[in-house]
Amino acid sequence: MMRYLIPLFAFMVLAVFLMIGLTLNPRQVPSPLIDKPAPKFQLNQLHDSDKVMSSDDNLGKVWMLNVWASWCVACRDEHPLLVQLAKAGIVPIYGLNYKDDRDTALQWLRRYGDPYQISIVDSDGKVGINYGVYGVPETYVIDKEGIIRHKHIGPVTVDSLEKTILPLIKELQNQA
Amino acid sequence: MTYLVHCKFTTISFTFLLLLLISSIGWAKEATPVAEDPEIEKRMLALTMDLRCLVCQNEPISDSRAEFSNDIRREIREQIKANKTDDEIIQFLVDRYGDFILYNPPMKPTTLLLWFGPVVLFLISLGSLVFYLKRRRIQIEEISLSQAQREKAEALLKEDNKGKDV
Repeated sequence: MMRYLIPLFAFMVLAVFLMIGLTLNPRQVPSPLIDKPAPKFQLNQLHDSDKVMSSDDNLGKVWMLNVWASWCVACRDEHPLLVQLAKAGIVPIYGLNYKDDRDTALQWLRRYGDPYQISIVDSDGKVGINYGVYGVPETYVIDKEGIIRHKHIGPVTVDSLEKTILPLIKELQNQA
Repeated sequence: MTYLVHCKFTTISFTFLLLLLISSIGWAKEATPVAEDPEIEKRMLALTMDLRCLVCQNEPISDSRAEFSNDIRREIREQIKANKTDDEIIQFLVDRYGDFILYNPPMKPTTLLLWFGPVVLFLISLGSLVFYLKRRRIQIEEISLSQAQREKAEALLKEDNKGKDV
């Protein structure tokens, strides 16, 4: 009896592994920057190019950094959600305008709405490399001490907001 | 005659090859980017051959035309110019993109299974094969025929041989 059950058992183990494999997304490369200090930057602002924003300006609050560009199609998918989130006033969202043209970017914000407290300009993608950006959109959750707590790759969805991002933000905000 | 045909064929293929070669030279010239310092390009190419383009994951950065790969190549060129060593540059990228950017996974506790798993699996199967063969040898007994059986078998064989002779 046993000798007939062994292949069945082996098949089941294999099936379980393959099933786990199906749920993994090779596009989601885990970031080594989680729980590490967010890379520092000093960048010009999109709306007012004379003004500079520094990553240190946000120390003491939990904030979201959303990497976006007017040429990025997937950004349009998540954008209404970000606008809604900004209206709810739960967490300040900052935009990293990645390798974009200033005029087109401003036009894009006028057209689709502007959820960002401030958008900063990373025209050559240097800060993007420091943050390990390899696709747009990407969203980072950064805590009061300036440490990256979460990275979301691809468009933010209602599901990811409700299940992961918002609970995390609440937890981080409650920390001293 | 066959020799002649063969000869003709080789001349044709030779001219064809020559043409191919010439055209490929032409292509190569077109494809090379604004060559900066050839030394830097050489080092950059050697480095990026073992780095994964994270956008088009089965392509090394050296072969990829993705925007991401362009940026990484530019970054590496700049770091080479700034006199960074190869190890420093690789570390810079691993710090930002993780080990996934490397085609050669480093040896560390989380990758031990990856490195030694196949060897362990091979040893296990070799061991069980030896075990199985030994056990089988013990299990198979030589069954001796009884006198009556032997006679019957001989008779059958004889009959069979007779049939063949006819």
